[in-house]
Amino acid sequence: MAYSDKVIDHYNNPRNVGQMDKSSTEVGTGLVGAPECGDVMRLQIRVNPETNVIEDAKFKTFGCGSAIASSSLATEWVKGKTIDEALAITNTDIVKELALPPVKIHCSVLAEDAIRAAIGDWKKKNSVAETSAVATSAH
Amino acid sequence: MSNDMSNNGVVISESSTPLPAGVRLPIYMDNHATTPLDPRVLEAMMPYFTSTFGNAASRNHSFGWEAEKAVEKAREQIAKLIGATSKEIIFTSGATESNNLALKGIAEMYRERGNHIITQVTEHKAVLDTCKKLEKQGYRVTYLPVQADGLIDIEDLKRAMDDKTILVSIMYANNEIGVIQPISEIGKLCHEKGVIFHTDAVQAVGKIPVDVQKDNIDVLSLSGHKIYGPKGVGALYVRRRNPRVQISEQINGGGHERGMRSGTLNVPGIVGLGAACEIAGAEMEAEGKREKELRDYLQAKFEKALDYVHVNGNMEHHLPGNLNMSFVYVEGESLLMGINDIAVSSGSACTSATLEPSYVLKALGLGDDVAHSSIRFGLGRFNTKAEVDYVSDKLIDVVSKLRELSPLYEMVKEGIDLSKIEWAAH
Repeated sequence: MAYSDKVIDHYNNPRNVGQMDKSSTEVGTGLVGAPECGDVMRLQIRVNPETNVIEDAKFKTFGCGSAIASSSLATEWVKGKTIDEALAITNTDIVKELALPPVKIHCSVLAEDAIRAAIGDWKKKNSVAETSAVATSAH
Repeated sequence: MSNDMSNNGVVISESSTPLPAGVRLPIYMDNHATTPLDPRVLEAMMPYFTSTFGNAASRNHSFGWEAEKAVEKAREQIAKLIGATSKEIIFTSGATESNNLALKGIAEMYRERGNHIITQVTEHKAVLDTCKKLEKQGYRVTYLPVQADGLIDIEDLKRAMDDKTILVSIMYANNEIGVIQPISEIGKLCHEKGVIFHTDAVQAVGKIPVDVQKDNIDVLSLSGHKIYGPKGVGALYVRRRNPRVQISEQINGGGHERGMRSGTLNVPGIVGLGAACEIAGAEMEAEGKREKELRDYLQAKFEKALDYVHVNGNMEHHLPGNLNMSFVYVEGESLLMGINDIAVSSGSACTSATLEPSYVLKALGLGDDVAHSSIRFGLGRFNTKAEVDYVSDKLIDVVSKLRELSPLYEMVKEGIDLSKIEWAAH
């Protein structure tokens, strides 16, 4: 299968790989996917409690090149955004940016789920009311 | 290289693996899928494309006689490799056709005797899909399970047989995991019960000793392009004595191949198949030993450098050039992407629309996650030790880097039991 240059770039040089302290109240963690489906993403955000701005993001992904690229891109995009701005990112934005073929759309869906799950976790920890739909559901 | 320094220095496929002298990229190590044509085979074939172009069925002139002579020589070369006689060899377009002709031809011919066929779950699709079609036509098919090592249990086969069983079709060696089934035992049992025994021997012929007499085989499929011969040509061995097996033809026409397979013979292809068989027979012992040493070396290098790796399939009853290995906690397709200068196959089917991993690996009882992490290495006649060194070093490098990226690997290293986690349905 031919990958787009952007997928190859993210695969070769994944951005923001790593982990943050799960127990910190400033950190939200989203773990989505399942090993038997061939992809698992963990995306973490560190949110400034004063401004609600995502100041840092980290990820680790078990999955194909498109899954790695989708989650790597997601960390780049959420950084510097407020929680509400980050929630506005959709899987179709990721599909477009990475030029994912139809069989890889599920990778972008998973990345969107990961962003929402991480934000949901942060909100839960900080008792923020759920203003937007937080999707951690199956897809 | 990205200017973003926040990637923690993880760089996956940037080549840090040195290229040994004499190794040219890309490296082909997928010899179960197909093999390159041996130059000696090409040389044997060349005249039959040009000067000796006759139709082997033309009985009235020297062009036809020359072609027929070449075809008969090839028939002898093939027969010799598998312990048959030349009259028992039928030429086809390849092993898919051979398997179709064998299964459909036998089912149709012996319909009066019974309607039950026994095969196994790890067969090639050419057998499985043919069986599915026969089921629609009123045949009953038993798909035997395999054990965790990929071998069938002969007791399962015994139990599956009944008085309506007409055919058993069990592959000689598996194309994914390389395991060799207990063929002569299966054949013996079939002969005791008066059941015809067919084997898809595509991966075995020319690689390990195959003898239709010793192995009690009645019908056998083989292919040219798996043994350094040309694509588009194969053969079916059909036993003529003890017992005499009859096959109902599936292609009608000029009555070629004793009526079993009509169609003008692919003379250059057949000459190539014959030459490939002769070379394979002459070099089998030394080449098998060489490939097994390379395979063992490759396996040992992985096991020394990496944790959480394991081989799939019984390693005692195994093709010399096959290694199917799971690199757990790394997804197969991402691994292939990091080694794009090496041609191997993945047990992951993430590239297909189904997202289902290999049915062969699943039949061994491997979890989907492990099946997704599997790579098949197919060593062949033209692979060198220097290539094996490059492939193993590169794989080890990419697996290590992808594991730095793998949340599963990190969790396991931290002592978390992945089976205890509630994964979202997906």
